[in-house]
Amino acid sequence: MAESGGNGNGTPMLDELEKGPWPSFVTQIKETAKVKEQAQQLLQLLERSYHERMGHWKHGGIVGVLGYGGGVIGRYNDLQAEYPKIAHFHTLRVNHPSGWFYTSDALRTICDIWDRHGSGLTNMHGSTGDMILLGTTTDELEPTFKELTDNDFDLGGSGSDLRTPSGCVGPARCEWACYDTLNLVNDVTQHWQDELHRPAFPYKFKIKCAGCPNDCVASIARADMSIIGTWRDEIQIDQAEVQQAAKGGLDIQKDVCARCPTQCMEWDGKKLTIDDKNCVKCMHCINAMPKALAPGKDRGAMILLGAKAPIVQGALLSSVLVPFVKLEPPYTELKDLVERIWEFWGEHGKNRERVGELIQRVGLGNFLEAIEVEPVPQMIAHPRENPYVFYEEYYEEGDGDDDDQ
Amino acid sequence: MATATEPRRTDIGPPHYQKFLPPVIKKNYGKWKYHEILRPGVMVHVAHSGDKLFTVRAASPRILGITRIRTFADLADKYCGGYLRFTSRNNVEFLLTDEANIDPLIKDLAALGHSVGGIGNAISNIVHTQGWVHCHSAATDASGVVKSVMDDLHPYFVSRELPGKLRIALACCLNMCGAVHCSDIAILGIHRRPPRVQGGLNKLCEIPNVIASCPTAAIRPATVDGAPSVEIDENDCMFCANCFSVCPALPLADPLNDGVSIWVGGKVSNARTEPTFSKLAIPFLPNNPPRWPEVVDAVHNIVDVWAKHARRFERMGEFIARIGWPQFFTMTGIEFTKQHIDDYKYAGLTYKRSAQVRQ
Repeated sequence: MAESGGNGNGTPMLDELEKGPWPSFVTQIKETAKVKEQAQQLLQLLERSYHERMGHWKHGGIVGVLGYGGGVIGRYNDLQAEYPKIAHFHTLRVNHPSGWFYTSDALRTICDIWDRHGSGLTNMHGSTGDMILLGTTTDELEPTFKELTDNDFDLGGSGSDLRTPSGCVGPARCEWACYDTLNLVNDVTQHWQDELHRPAFPYKFKIKCAGCPNDCVASIARADMSIIGTWRDEIQIDQAEVQQAAKGGLDIQKDVCARCPTQCMEWDGKKLTIDDKNCVKCMHCINAMPKALAPGKDRGAMILLGAKAPIVQGALLSSVLVPFVKLEPPYTELKDLVERIWEFWGEHGKNRERVGELIQRVGLGNFLEAIEVEPVPQMIAHPRENPYVFYEEYYEEGDGDDDDQ
Repeated sequence: MATATEPRRTDIGPPHYQKFLPPVIKKNYGKWKYHEILRPGVMVHVAHSGDKLFTVRAASPRILGITRIRTFADLADKYCGGYLRFTSRNNVEFLLTDEANIDPLIKDLAALGHSVGGIGNAISNIVHTQGWVHCHSAATDASGVVKSVMDDLHPYFVSRELPGKLRIALACCLNMCGAVHCSDIAILGIHRRPPRVQGGLNKLCEIPNVIASCPTAAIRPATVDGAPSVEIDENDCMFCANCFSVCPALPLADPLNDGVSIWVGGKVSNARTEPTFSKLAIPFLPNNPPRWPEVVDAVHNIVDVWAKHARRFERMGEFIARIGWPQFFTMTGIEFTKQHIDDYKYAGLTYKRSAQVRQ
């Protein structure tokens, strides 16, 4: 094994990835290797993986901080004698502040802690939203945690628990936010700290909050519960700005009206009219003319349930559970709904069965009954096509004889 | 280690976001009127009060060392009153109130190697996973493929020349920590060799759990060398690796057979058409580090066909829906194979069930 990782001589394949215009992760590891031995060995191990076309990380064991069951991902390499500095290379998931906003001081605090206790490498951020502190030893977990909590940070979720909720930039910087995504993310994160830190579910449960149907956090694909902002009154129109957009080169008929999924818009060259009763709130026209159009004023959210990636039974998108709800603190209605879902899933879910897969298995109708939600046609793309309908009861001769018919 | 007698804070949750919002956001929270993209990677949000907030979005490799994060913090101090944020696609955004600071900030970012772009009809950063850098189940590296593809598509990051948004994602195995299954283009690491049963499996894993983990019931109990273990019906293995997730004694990783598949036409936004999954375009490309030229070329080719022929605002999937899949394969020159035809649950729903085909 080459001694050097930081000077580039020992990593010819990775060095290739320092070329080109996109910022290089190799440069990041090398820069960190100047101050951290772990980063230097990581570089060497990765170079080896590039030659062998195979990773060298083992399954995590059970490691963590006292009293928590989640937040730390155990990681060990399978060549520990050769790469002893990264023999243990555990990940800490640090719960990010809503919207991924930081001050420079907060970032420096995190960097200082990670400088003292870990590899100096991070992901800003991981797929679920957490800050990822990438690589430390078992001994350093508790001291890192202590310094994090001393500075008002805490760990996020991992394993079969509530994963760190995340959301879009919301009303902090977006005129389309139909509810306060940052506040909701923060509120439910604080409300369910126990569920987040101590895995007690059949499998993971993710919540993502998108302020409008553009869904910048991909909630409908990536979250068991997708909370997507929407509205139920009229799109706000500034006709003068519509005309400005047309003058600016936007073909209102072709690029806006003709692209409307319900054909609910008309443009006569001067005035844009919208049949709002037929608008499905897709956002296209608003996206195309942000100065001219805006979501209505009666804003709230739609709650959808069940998205997941393929493992085990196949990928799912979330489907509609509550077509419209006003979302205001303290979000009692939402919290009650979530807890009814968790109760049924906890009782009936199989090991490693996501809530979406449970719904597929028991049927949405039965699931709705169990969580006490009335079925409505907004929940389906269309009614069933097959005639195999279950009924739980039937009449027998003599039934009802005593009733007053 | 802490002992039970020491004071110990737990379950405090993240710091409140309001501590990190710049004054212009606190003042105009929920009161933004509209936004405009001023140039690639730069936009302004205008509040009802008339206040303006300028955002400069910069590329990031997602793996960041503490040295670079501290440099970002210094830039935020220099130009943004100490405020910055990260996006859902792992870009870094600087939040400015003084328009005059935009150019110097972009110059400083360029000197560090961070291009500015990814807003509007452009490619944004590739959402991706850990790969060989830090994951036990990776069938390919993540960061190296992403770096190679983004180097190639960089002109589309720093401009707004594409017909619509282009969202690429990469997951280094079917677990899809990057949830790539609804992307315009998804790059997905795949295994192609069934798990190899390791000795001593019963000491590491619970055999009933292992058997239950298989979605095709290809794992059966067996006695191997006198010890309880499992055997795999290799004909029924579709390489999902769920068994490996519950049992480390069933590794699938294999340099000769691991590689990458390419998927197209998914989206999560509701704009115009409903959210939809990506569909298989290329079943297998080899792992060819450090630059994965086959993957780079394949993605480049698909992007080129779309960029040249799509209508304004049309995402990849909308474009393909309009021209039809036969035409997609013709235009891209991608070979159509048996692997493209679904054979899992509800596969019949993906067959063409009409006579509406371009001849």
